[in-house]
Parts: sequence; structure tokens; C-alpha cells
Amino acid sequence: MPLTDAPRIVTARLSYPDSYTIERFLETGGYQALRKALTMTPAEVAAEVDAASLLGRGGAGFPAGRKWSMLKPDPVTYLVVNGDESEPATFKDHLLIERDPNQILEGVIISAYALQVTQAFIYVRGEFALGLERMEQAVNDAYHHGALGRNIFSSGFSLDVVVHPGAGAYICGDETALLESLEGKRGFPRIKPPYYPAVIGLYGQPTVVNNVETMANIPWIVANGGKAFAALGGGRSCGTRMFALSGHVNRPGAYEVEMVKVTFRDLIYDPQLGAGVRGGRDLLAFIPGGASSPWFGPEHLDLPLGQDEVGQAGSMLGSGSVVVMDSTTCPVRAAWRITRFFARESCGQCTPCREGSGWLERILYRIENGGGREQDLDLLLDVCDNISPGVHWPPEQTTICPLGPSIPPSIASSLGRFRDDFLVHIKDGGCPHG
Amino acid sequence: MAEPQAGPPGTVTFTLDGRRVTGREGELVISAAERAGVYIPRFCYHPRLAPVGMCRMCLVEVVGPRGATLQPACIATVEEGGEIVTDSPKVKKAQDGILEFLLINHPLDCPVCDKGGECPLQDQTLAYGPGESRFVEEKRHFAKPIALSELVLLDRERCIQCGRCTRFAEEVAGEAQIDFAGRGERLEVAMFPTRPFTSYFSGNTVQICPVGALTATPYRFTARPWDLDQVESTCTTCAVGCRVAVQSSANRLTRLLGLDSEPVNHSWLCDKGRFAYEAVNGDEVRAGPAAADGRPVTLGSSHPRGAFAGEVIETASKVGRVTEPMVRAGDRHVRAGWSRALAEAARRLGEVRAAHGPEAIAVLGGGRLTNEGAYAWTKLAKAVLGTDSVDAQLGDGLPAELVLALPRATIDETCSAPVVVLIGGDVREELPVLFLRLRRAVLDGRTRIVEVSPRSTALTQYAAVSLRVRPGDVPAVARILAGQPGPLPSHPAGPACSPEQLAQARALVEAAGGEAGSSVVVAYGRSSLAEDPSFDAAAVSTLAVAWPGARFLPLLRRGNVHGALDMGMAPGILPGRTSLEGGRAWFVEHWGSVPRARGKAATEVLQSAAEGGPGSVRALVLVGCDPLQDFPDAALAARALAGAEVVVAVAGHPSPALDHADVVLPVAVAHERPGTTTNIEGRVTRLGQKLVPPGLAWPDWTIATALADELGYDLAIGSVTEIAEEIERVAPAYRGFSPGYLDQVSGHDGLVVPLGTADAPPVAPIDPMATPGIGQVEQQGAPPRAGLTETVERELLAALHPEPAGEGAPAPMRRPAVEPVALPPPDHYSLRLVSTRRLYDRSSAVVGSPSLEPLVPPARALANPSELARLGVQDGERVRVTSPRGQVVLEAGADAGVPKGVLVVEFNLAEPAGAPNAASALIDATVPVNDVRLETL
Ligand SMILES: Cc1cc2nc3c(=O)[nH]c(=O)nc-3n(C[C@H](O)[C@H](O)[C@H](O)COP(=O)(O)O)c2cc1C
Ligand code: SF4
Ligand code: SF4
Ligand code: SF4
Ligand code: FES
Repeated sequence: MPLTDAPRIVTARLSYPDSYTIERFLETGGYQALRKALTMTPAEVAAEVDAASLLGRGGAGFPAGRKWSMLKPDPVTYLVVNGDESEPATFKDHLLIERDPNQILEGVIISAYALQVTQAFIYVRGEFALGLERMEQAVNDAYHHGALGRNIFSSGFSLDVVVHPGAGAYICGDETALLESLEGKRGFPRIKPPYYPAVIGLYGQPTVVNNVETMANIPWIVANGGKAFAALGGGRSCGTRMFALSGHVNRPGAYEVEMVKVTFRDLIYDPQLGAGVRGGRDLLAFIPGGASSPWFGPEHLDLPLGQDEVGQAGSMLGSGSVVVMDSTTCPVRAAWRITRFFARESCGQCTPCREGSGWLERILYRIENGGGREQDLDLLLDVCDNISPGVHWPPEQTTICPLGPSIPPSIASSLGRFRDDFLVHIKDGGCPHG
Repeated sequence: MAEPQAGPPGTVTFTLDGRRVTGREGELVISAAERAGVYIPRFCYHPRLAPVGMCRMCLVEVVGPRGATLQPACIATVEEGGEIVTDSPKVKKAQDGILEFLLINHPLDCPVCDKGGECPLQDQTLAYGPGESRFVEEKRHFAKPIALSELVLLDRERCIQCGRCTRFAEEVAGEAQIDFAGRGERLEVAMFPTRPFTSYFSGNTVQICPVGALTATPYRFTARPWDLDQVESTCTTCAVGCRVAVQSSANRLTRLLGLDSEPVNHSWLCDKGRFAYEAVNGDEVRAGPAAADGRPVTLGSSHPRGAFAGEVIETASKVGRVTEPMVRAGDRHVRAGWSRALAEAARRLGEVRAAHGPEAIAVLGGGRLTNEGAYAWTKLAKAVLGTDSVDAQLGDGLPAELVLALPRATIDETCSAPVVVLIGGDVREELPVLFLRLRRAVLDGRTRIVEVSPRSTALTQYAAVSLRVRPGDVPAVARILAGQPGPLPSHPAGPACSPEQLAQARALVEAAGGEAGSSVVVAYGRSSLAEDPSFDAAAVSTLAVAWPGARFLPLLRRGNVHGALDMGMAPGILPGRTSLEGGRAWFVEHWGSVPRARGKAATEVLQSAAEGGPGSVRALVLVGCDPLQDFPDAALAARALAGAEVVVAVAGHPSPALDHADVVLPVAVAHERPGTTTNIEGRVTRLGQKLVPPGLAWPDWTIATALADELGYDLAIGSVTEIAEEIERVAPAYRGFSPGYLDQVSGHDGLVVPLGTADAPPVAPIDPMATPGIGQVEQQGAPPRAGLTETVERELLAALHPEPAGEGAPAPMRRPAVEPVALPPPDHYSLRLVSTRRLYDRSSAVVGSPSLEPLVPPARALANPSELARLGVQDGERVRVTSPRGQVVLEAGADAGVPKGVLVVEFNLAEPAGAPNAASALIDATVPVNDVRLETL
């Protein structure tokens, strides 16, 4: 592990070229944690996860142990794993699915045992053709190996797992849209209440939805104990976390680092990690937690990679993707590209998100291409305000799901930090960056 | 006294804009606020659909543990002690924002939009929206409009993606034939390339669309809302009795919209009921020589209904209307004027009566009359002409004495009965909106259905048990359900339903209250027109005897057939559900005389007229019916009409029987005269008059009184109100039913007779956002329909309870004993014919409506796939079907819902290039069952 002496928890196996095979998996301790878990009671396993203080890695950072404890008792419950990772510049789950599917599956089986769920689903983004193939192979291998199906490792516990491909919609990453999609319906996020799938989820039954990386942490936690996990990191942010670093850095990639002990500066500039901004240029700004997070500037570089630390500074770690923009970046264009993504991916249910996203995208496009008017700047912010009242952080929303309020942050950040750039676009009738 | 902290049980008290108000537990904020007088704007919310919270127009501030948040009032429920703010600057800003969003991509082509003037988007923009748009970009474009079906067009540019139409299709109709496609701004309503939008209920999507995205082809571009006039009325296209707003412009019907009647139609209509008004407009002169010089035109053989040499003016409608009294002159009809025509009719009928006695006259029809018209015609027939051979059903119904004697269930009671035993045909084809109610009842877990039908139906998939029966089997199945085990009639292909299914059905009935059957409702109709009605009647009778606590919902389907029977239009009965014998003294006192003896029902009438001879029927009075179309046995009907010495026809639409008429009297039809109607459950509602009848057509009751006058008898009824008052006075089942009640606001949904202690549910005020078009028009002078306070309601109802029956009033009818006719055994070479109904058939209402006529399918010969295989017939192959009565050439169809040994030919559908009604060309109505042969050509 770079910078700190924390162990690699989820990426330990990735240096092997055949990391995804069942042979390599078994050779490197695969299914040992599951065997251990099966000697414990389900409640004991759940207690370890709770003690680990594992925050969900899917974006919202909800403690996994708490989520599990909310699962409403019912004869039929489900576990669903979210591998739909479709946000621009987010590619950590992609790596885990392609390179260590068995580890995820082991986490799923252990979790299902802890939750006493007998049917689990792994929802994998449809474009991950190789990932889907390897995930399915892992499931087949697990059945062969006795780690899935009837009476797993003669423990009396049985579980079936279905791998389900997505059909190309970012919105299906939202857990309630994902459940609709699994049920064979349109990927429309569900209206709240009910707020938690743990109460009413898949097919109306209580369901735990967890992210792929969240699941990948489970075997290590069971093998080493929740305490060992909680000893890593700091505050509420324990263990390690994967960050997908991209943009204008010398070494883009997905890195597992210990939480809180590492800062954004480390992530971007450490020679083992980002190794600095491309061409030695100045850092203009960076996106700390995915397309929906408010942007940070150079003044935020020394913030530790911790959920609460980043939250208090006015943004979030979100999906774990960090995008670096150097001084050649056009902030208008950057905001437009992000807005265009959301406009294209809005499911279209809610008026503000459906109509507002397209409107904002058109205004930004017009400014970027020389048709801007000064009043467009206030208009941008007011349209944002009608999607997310107050345009503050954490956001409020007039919409069903958080995608709507994910639109304003990049616009508000860009406009807030680089208003002059917008004005130059308007005055010069085009983009000064060419 | 201290202010109470909480309201009565089941209620919650919360703060609404600083006021303390009470709502029902679990109630949505949007409706609790509305009842408290705060109207929250909305688009996607519809009180009859599950909320989806999509449009976000209804955002309000809900104060919760984490402060006030904006939440949709159509999703949030009221909480004890909760606080809701609907008028804060934040809420206003959100509403402004939503409307601005909705308008940025909206084409705003209001001047050419059907919705312009009654559009929730226009109205709410005016009330809540920002002054002007800040949108300067290019709007979203779609090709417009596209056809979703023959009846519904979609303009995707106008769509605001509220999902009302798609939810209706899935939730209410159970046919998800339209759904959303695409996402983001490109989210659009679409249909499946392989599954057309054929729903019988498609018009409802147009009715509830809050913008002009969905338009109906019959209405499109025909009127502007501000030119429309409106009355409330009841659809009498079938006997469900859906409440409607009837709208017209310049004495032309333009549109029917469903009113939200809690006990009946929940605001929905079927497409036949909604669009068959076109047939009423049938007399409209659009072109043709008659308009120019007034000379009679002869339609001759170019007319699809054959060679009726009457004075019908060629119109856009293929059927047209009968608009002038006519008498026969040789082989053609000539205009006669009312006095000559009436005198001629009276003279001819008088001659028959003088020569052969009153029994030689028969009056057929009546199911299309108002209650008042039916009463007047019964009085004319039974007190003046003196015949009891009166029948509103044309051999296609069930014995009136049985129907009237059984304890009646309401639709609501049926839809909340733990078990409904359904005997008959396909409810979706015959009584469409009742299908919607039953389907909902099953899905909500209120009701389990035991279906007994000759073929699978639209309800089969919702039935707990669905039992197939072959012609004549139903009495044996009923005996088993009633707990009298016995064998089913034997058949070479084995029984049509299994012993396990029968046991399962029996167990359901037993679980629901055992032998008394007190929680069972038996909904029963006519299973098939190709078998003797005594089979269904005997089955129902068996259940009535076995389950003294059960209640019964008759599924006789024709318009006001229930009103006609209540008014005495059947042999052996008198008005008010009274038997001829039981009511003799009472009616002699009120009318002067009643027939000597029980008369003939339609089948016997036609048989008698066809055969002739001493004591036979010699004069036929057809009151809004045509035996050649409506009677199951076309050959018998034709022989009867040919054999009758005198035929007097009271007709609204031309039809083949008029060729035989000596006198034709034009009558006003639906929406052309006021009165009342009675639906399947016995609910009496008001019929509004919207049009002046065409030409010289008269209301039904005036023709009866005028004819009585000619015959030298004063019916002593001079207005609809006077008739209604007389009905109240003399018809026992209508006792206490003061007609004025229906003019009260709370009388909009009518009342069930006989009046009991039943409460009328409160009538909902019209929500223009739920059914755009009704409210706006109402504001132009139609009677208001504001909700009544519950106290006023109760007082009105209290005043309505019947006073005790007067001295000498007839006793209630006794249930007749009904025995089925003997069932001949099947042979190996024949198939047993079943004839069920389709919604779109060749009735005048459908064929006379240019929009519906193309939807009528051709008749087909439907059989079980294995049966076709056995006979070596391919699906789709042309086959000859032969019965002793006749033969037709049809396309064969494989239908797994048809039991082996059975052939289905649906009623009143045409043989391609042949009989206008293929089924009635095959059926012999005088035999128990009809066996047919099928052969390839
Ligand atoms: C628009 C949207 C997209 C999302 N996409 C993903 C995703 O691709 N993967 C993911 O794990 N969670 C995604 N989430 C978060 C999920 O709703 C959910 O919170 C998460 O899967 C829970 O897992 P965790 O508790 O293990 O983090 C998304 C949420 C939203 C609103
Ligand atoms: S906020 Fe956007 S993505 Fe989310 S439900 Fe509404 S329209 Fe769909
Ligand atoms: S067509 Fe009409 S009812 Fe259907 S979604 Fe669009 S606006 Fe709503
Ligand atoms: S169900 Fe019957 S009453 Fe209702 S609209 Fe249709 S035809 Fe009219
Ligand atoms: S969101 Fe409540 S009415 Fe549409």
C-alpha cells in the first residue's frame, strides 16, 4: 500500500495476470473467509461487519452494518449487488469485477449468510462484456466448488446467485431504479417513501443493496476481524478505499489507499499514485467525488480522503472518482460535458430533471460556442435553483432521485470559481481555449 | 374545554398553512388539503390512479425532523401533528419553476389544439406560472401526430410525460399496450410495434390526458370548448349505466366524458359508450339530393342494410336516422305526417284486435326506451291493447320473472363480496366497465371469482377458478356448486372442466359463508345465444334455492332492459317488479284493466306469427328493436315478419325489419329526450336531453300516449314528470322514489330501487384537473355539481325512504320454479354451437358510428386447436359451417379457450360476403342446443 503501511484489502490479488481465475483465487486464500464465516453464527458475522464500520462504497457512504440491521425480517429477503458503475471517470468497480470477481462473490456469499438470504443478484453494467463473462465464470466455479448452491461447504446454508446485465442506462445505478430494472421494468427510480429497500425492495420484499467494492471488503473483514478494519483510516472512514484518478495527471488509474491518512495532494502528486499534473502545469480544479460532486480547487489539496472531512469542506467522496483539471481546461466546456451526461441519462420521470437538464445543457453549449448572453449566468443558477432549491451542499431536491440535484454542482462550481471565464466566452463570442 | 389533541379514531390532525385541520389516517396530503379547501396544483395525480409523483407540480413543504423539505403532496401522507405549508415563497418558486420547465419544450400550439380552452396546463400556468418564459433555445421536435390506434392520436410534442395514460392502460384496463420509451427529454409515450393499442377503453386516456397530447379521432377539431353545451346523463349503450357528461355544439353531439360516479363507473367509459354518439348524429345532412329539393330518396341496395325504401337522408353515417312518420303504399313507404301515420297504426291494430282478440297483438322491444317510455308502452300494451305478449328481450335474455324476483346485489356489493359466482359470457365484451370494476376488486383482494362460462373470457385470468361448460352443462355445474354432487352431462371428449376444479370452486363457496351463501354474489347473464335460456335460468335458480342468503346481479346487457323489465315489459309481469296475478287487482284499480292471461315471450311470439293459424299473433309492434338483427334465429324472425298481417315499427335508426313495416314511427333516441334509466343493479339515474330530436321524431312516451288517444283511450300522462310520479305511485319497487330527487345535487349518481336503508355515497365535485373538459364546460351554465355537505345529504336521503305500501298493494314477486329443457346427447360428428357477444358488433350503434364501424371483426368459426386438428382444418382456413337452419362460410380460428366439442360463432358479426349475422343464420331458437358440422371447402 502506497504511503501508509495499511494492507491492500480489495486489490491484493490484482498484480497476478490470472487474478480472476478460481485457481489463483483459491491459491491466494480464496473462500477461506467464507469457511470461517460458516463456522460463526450469522449474527456474529454481521457483528464483525458492524464493528468494521464499513461505509458503503457506492456513493452515499451509508454504513453497511447499519443497513444490514435495517433489513426487515421476512421469510423472503434478497441481497442485490450494485455493479452498474456508469458515472463518467468512475472505474474502480469495473476493475474489481474484471480482475477479481471471485472476491466479490465470496463477499456476497458471506453477506448472504450473515443476512440469511438465500437468493442474491449481482447487477453488472451491460457494457462490461468481459466483466460479465468473468463474473458468470466465478459463479459457475463457485457452484462447482461447493461455495454456492445447496448446502454450501456442508454448512446447511444454501444460496443461489444470478448475474444480471444492465441495459445501458446510468440511472439503473440508483438502487431503486436498479431494482425496477431487475424486475424487468423500466429503470425509473422509485418514489419515496418507502425510503429503504431494506424495508420494501426487490419484488416488494426486504432487500439489501450494496456496492461491488463494499462486498469486496467483506472477506478481509471476516478473515481479519472488524476491529482490524476499523483500526485503519480515521474517524468514521475506516479501512481503505479505491479511488479512480483520471484527467490531467501523469499516472491515471484506480488506487487503493488508506482512508483519511492520505490527502488529495498525495493522491494527485505522489509518484506512486497520480505523479503530478500533466506537463507540470498548474492545477485549475479537481472533482473530488464524481460528476455530481462540487469541485475543489488547489486550496483543498491537503484535505484528507475521509467522508466527513470532505463533506464538511462542501463536497463529497461520492463514487470515488477524482478528476484533475489543469490550467488549460475550459471550465465552461467541463461543466457542459458533465451536464450533457446528466441530460442524456436523466430517466425523464421528474419535470425539473427531464426539462432542466436539457435546458442547462443548451445554455452551456450556447455560451461555449459563442452565443452566450450575460443574463445567461443568472439564468443558469436560477434553473439550477429550480432543480435543487438553494443550490447548496448537501443539496435539496425537487425530484424523485438524486440524479436531478446532481446536475447543479458542476455548474455552480464552475460558475462560482470561474465566472470571468464565462464572461470572456460571452464577450469574445466563443471559447478562448479554442 | 381544552382543545382536543387528536381527532376521532381514524383521523389525524395536522397544520395546514397555519390552520389546524383534520384528515383521514393515511390520506394523501393533496386530497386532505383539497377537502380542507386548499387546492394544490397537479398534473400527474389522478384520484383514480396510483400516484407516481412524476410531474412535481404538487410540491409542498413538509416540516419534519430535519426541517422543512419540499415533497410531493400526491405522495406524502398526513401525519398526526404534522405541518404542511403550501403557500410559502419556496413552494411558489418551485411551482413557478415546474410550470416554466413544462412549457420550455411545449409547442404552445393552443390555437390548433383540442385542449385549448379546457387545458390544465393553460389553466395552471395562468394561476401559478411565471409571466414569461426565459427559454430561447430550439424546442424539442417530434413528428405529430402519430396514431396510437384507430381512435387515439398522440402528439408527443405536447406530452408532459405525466404517465396518466400509461398508468390507466396498465392499472385500470389491465392492458399495458402503451408505455414510455426513451429517457430524459426524449421520454415519449409509445406503443409496441407488435402489439397494437386495441383496448376497448382507449378513450379514457384521452379523457384524462392533462394536455392535448392525446386526441380522439371522432372529436378532434370538431369543436372548441367554449362552444360546447353540456348535460349530465347516463350512457345507455349497455346496462352498466356509466354516468356521462354529454356535450354538444349546434344540436350536434360532439363528445361524451365519463363522470366520476362512485357506485358505478369511477369516471371511466368504454369506447363504444364514448363514441357511439356518432350514430345519434346520423341524421346530419352533409350532402345529397334530399337536402336540395326535399324529394324522398330511395337508398335501395346501395344501403348496407338492404333495400329499405324509406326516407332516409344519406349521411356521413352509414346508417342514418329515421326522421319522418311513414306508411306503406304498395312496395314502398311514403311520408305520412304524424296524424295519418298514427291513425293508420291505430286502425290496423284495432282491426286485428277486433277480429282476433288482444292476444293477436304482440309488442316487442323496449330495452332502448327510457323508464318513462317503457312505462307508457307497457300501459298502452297491457291496459289499452290488452295484450300480455310484450317482451323487451328478444330471445337473447333470461326469464323476466326470475330476474325480477331474485334479491339484487349492487355493483359495489358484488365488488366486495368474498366470492362472486359468474355465470355467462364475457363481461368485457358485454358490460365493459363492470369488467374494470371486477378486475380491480380481484386485484385489490376484495373478491374471488368463480367463473362458469362456455369459453375463456377476459376475466378468466383474474378468476380464482374458471369452469368451462358446454351448451346445456351449466345446470349440472350449478348443482355441484350448490353442494349436490352429481355427474356432468357426458361428452365423448370428456367433461369440459375437471373434478378438481369443481371441488376447488365448491371449497371457495363453502369457505365464504357456507350453505347460506350470505357472502356470495351470483352475477349471471346469458352464456350463449345458441342454447335455450332455461339452462342458465335453471342454474341460477338452483343457486338461489341452495343459498338463501346470496344476492344476484343480472348481467342482461341491452341499454335500459332492466328499466323495461321493471316497467313491466315482459309477459306475466306488471310495473314495479310485480307479477300479473299478484298485481292484477292493484293495476285494475289504477289502469282500468290488465290482460286476461299470461302472454307469449319473444320466441313464442315469433313462432306464432311465423306459423299463423287460429289464435296466432297477427300484429307485431316493434318498439326500437329489429328481430332480424337482435333475435338469435334470423330465419324464424324473417318468417314471423313475413307472416304478420300488421307490422308497426317505432324506430330511431333504419334497419332491415322496416322493410316489413306498414307504419314507421320515428322516435327520439339517447340524448334526445329526458327521463330516467335503470341499470343492472337497479340504480335509477337521470337521462339528460342534449339535442332536439331530428326531423319529426318524437320521444318514446309521447308516441304511446298518442297511439292510445287514437285508440280512444287516455293514458292520463302528459309529461315525463307525470309518468315518473305515476310510477312512484303504482310501481311497488319504485315506491318512495320521488323523481325530483335526481335533480338534487346529491342525486347525480342516482339511487337503487327498491329504496331501502342504503345510503347514497357523497357525490364528488368535479375536479377539472382529473377530467379536463367537464368542469370548464360546466362553468358555462350547466347545473353545478358541487359536493354536498354530508348532513344535507343525509336529510335528503332520510326524506326518501318509502312509506309503507298502500292498501291492496301487490306482494313482492315469488321466484318461479325453473326447469331446464331436456338436453339431447352429443354425437361424434357435430360440434355444439356457442354464440357469445362482442363489444363491436353490427348493431346500429356501432355500424352507425363511422369511427367504430371499422373495428367490427368478421365472424369466425372458433374451435379448440385439437378439435381443428382432428377435423384436419388449419387455423385461418375457410370452412363451411352447416346447421339444420342454414350454412355460412367463415374463417376457422384456433382458440384454446374453447372447450373441445364446441364451435363458437360470435353473435351479430357478418359472414364475409354473406349473412349479416352469421350466428343467427345458424341458430334455431326453438331447440335446446344447436349442433353444427364443420367442413373444409
Ligand atoms: C443516479 C445514481 C447512480 C448511482 N450509481 C451507482 C453505481 O453505479 N454503483 C453503485 O454502487 N451505486 C450507485 N448509486 C448509489 C446506489 O443508489 C446505492 O446507494 C448503493 O448501491 C448502495 O451501496 P453501498 O451502500 O454499498 O454504497 C447511484 C445512485 C444514484 C442516485
Ligand atoms: S431526478 Fe431525474 S433521474 Fe431521478 S427520477 Fe427524476 S427524472 Fe429520473
Ligand atoms: S400523453 Fe397525455 S396522459 Fe399520456 S403521458 Fe403524455 S401528457 Fe400524460
Ligand atoms: S360500459 Fe356500458 S354504460 Fe359504460 S360506457 Fe360502456 S356502453 Fe356505456
Ligand atoms: S407529482 Fe404530485 S401531482 Fe404530479
